[in-house]
Amino acid sequence: MGKPDFHHALKIDRDVCIGCTHCMNICPTEAIRVRNGKAVLIDNRCVDCGFCYRVCPVNAIIVEQDDFNRIFEYKVRVALMPAVLTGQFPENVSLRQIHSELLALGFTHICEVEQGVELLYGVMMEYMEQQKGTRPLISAFCPAIVRLIQVRFPALVENLIHLKPPLDISALGFREQLIEEGYDGNDIGIFYITPCAAKIAAVKSPVGQIDSPITGVINMNFIFNKAYTRIRQEKGDSCIVPEMRQLTPRSLLWSLTGGESDHAPGRSLAIDEIHNVINFLEQLENEEMKDIDFLELRACDESCAGGVLTTANRFFTVERLRKLAEKLEFEVTAGKTGEVSRSGVSGEPPGSGVSGAAPGSGVSGAAPGSGGNGKPGKPGKSGVSGKPSGPGRHEDFLKKQMTISPIEPRSMLKLDDDMSEAMKKLKRVEEITKCLPDVDCAACGSPNCQAFAEDIVQGYAKINQCVFVQRIFENRGILSCEESLRIMKEVWGGDKLDKNC
Amino acid sequence: MYFEYEIEGGNFSRAGYASSEVKKRLRQLNVDMKVIKRVVVALYEAEVNVVAHAWRGKMRVDIDRDRIRLEIDDEGPGIPDIDKAMEEGYSTATPEVREMGFGAGMGLPNIKKNVDKLNITSEVGQGTKVEMVTYL
Repeated sequence: MGKPDFHHALKIDRDVCIGCTHCMNICPTEAIRVRNGKAVLIDNRCVDCGFCYRVCPVNAIIVEQDDFNRIFEYKVRVALMPAVLTGQFPENVSLRQIHSELLALGFTHICEVEQGVELLYGVMMEYMEQQKGTRPLISAFCPAIVRLIQVRFPALVENLIHLKPPLDISALGFREQLIEEGYDGNDIGIFYITPCAAKIAAVKSPVGQIDSPITGVINMNFIFNKAYTRIRQEKGDSCIVPEMRQLTPRSLLWSLTGGESDHAPGRSLAIDEIHNVINFLEQLENEEMKDIDFLELRACDESCAGGVLTTANRFFTVERLRKLAEKLEFEVTAGKTGEVSRSGVSGEPPGSGVSGAAPGSGVSGAAPGSGGNGKPGKPGKSGVSGKPSGPGRHEDFLKKQMTISPIEPRSMLKLDDDMSEAMKKLKRVEEITKCLPDVDCAACGSPNCQAFAEDIVQGYAKINQCVFVQRIFENRGILSCEESLRIMKEVWGGDKLDKNC
Repeated sequence: MYFEYEIEGGNFSRAGYASSEVKKRLRQLNVDMKVIKRVVVALYEAEVNVVAHAWRGKMRVDIDRDRIRLEIDDEGPGIPDIDKAMEEGYSTATPEVREMGFGAGMGLPNIKKNVDKLNITSEVGQGTKVEMVTYL
């Protein structure tokens, strides 16, 4: 059904798929059909939200990730770690310990994804000022939302804020910093620990960017399982890195619901969960809602804390990160900055962590040869600028690379490119719809009666796949029972219809 | 191609349904998205006017290759002074309606901005007919 325009992180394992309807029914873009007893993905409609992965009862949906051992192809192995990874662990596991485990797994450096947030925030405010004529502006943070807008709300593409997400900014900045420290660019591998499938797709075929600064992607549940198993077995006494503090409270919460909108100027709203987003955008397109300046839209419930590759309960993840942010906020306002060694950032009881080692020595504190030159990072300043190489060092470099090229609309709703042809097809869709039962049972292999009618007109389905139409035809004597059975086998495979009941 | 939708007066929770249905059809027909946006904004305004003021109404949409004709016909109080209603900011909406975010008095001028041709006829005590044409 059309050539794929972009890379998908989601794949269906045909050997495992049992041909049910869970994924097809939940898919917000109607990108799945069932044929020959197996789910089939329509590439151009899929936005990689991962809802199918969540509901599959037999784990037949695979989220493609890079082989972990790929990291060892690089001398410098950077774990690009989002805040929600911290939120996966129980509160008694300190941030230092999580970092230690990442290093123990084989990474040589850790870069927090949200380091780029403060820099992005500044640029975003300027952008909003410059783009005064366009309202509302929609954040391009969530890659599933960017793709959703491309395929379902093409008229809103121009409302997207054409700036890179923190992920790319942090990766670019960190790479630049490492090169400055004397590393060869070819030796640097930056691996993103992702909470969702959409970000994988965004790294593999970025929208509005030619190349991604990220080398590879590792699924968060993979890293969490590895790290947490070790922590459980070691009883948590192996902190080998000093405390790092890079993120501002705002950066820490950026990926959660409200993370962006709480700081946007004017009237702003945060909407999470892709079906909610679709309903909202439908209304927005009609201009039913006016005078909104900024929209933060996220595909997952509770945003990245609810990513399909997370393990922890999303509400606990949010709780932990909020507590951390409150603590940071408190420490900033209480003036506890600079040289004072601290163990509180990661929420462990005071004194339990191995603290006191080179406070503020920075993200690269554990890197060979770079540990000693760290200046204390200034809380309240962005991580990127608080690097050992001095504040503001990479800002200009990054600011130049912040914008992305125009995002193209890719409407998947048209029945035909040619309007006359589309009209003929639409008329047929309307006629067919009248014959269908409006039960949306999905027994035809399409998600609902409307989608089925369109599939028929496009030549992807036949009307006698409908069980109701089959009964009508049988009653009229124009379709035999055997023929009906054969048709159903084509959709659902033999197994389901060869049972000895 | 021709579509018809009923509009229920006083039911704000359904306001926008007919416009959204038309939007869906126009997208299927691969009508230019900028045109769709304008047409739908105008339609929505007209639909809400029926919901806010009239008892019931009908939306008729006729599409061919070179133009979209839209007609919203209601049974309602009618507009005594159409010229006045066309002025920006003029509104007869009740405070309750305004509280719901409707009735700012921008309806008709906003419709006019978004279509190529607009014709309004009305009879007090009988109803109003809004005819719009957008060329493709």
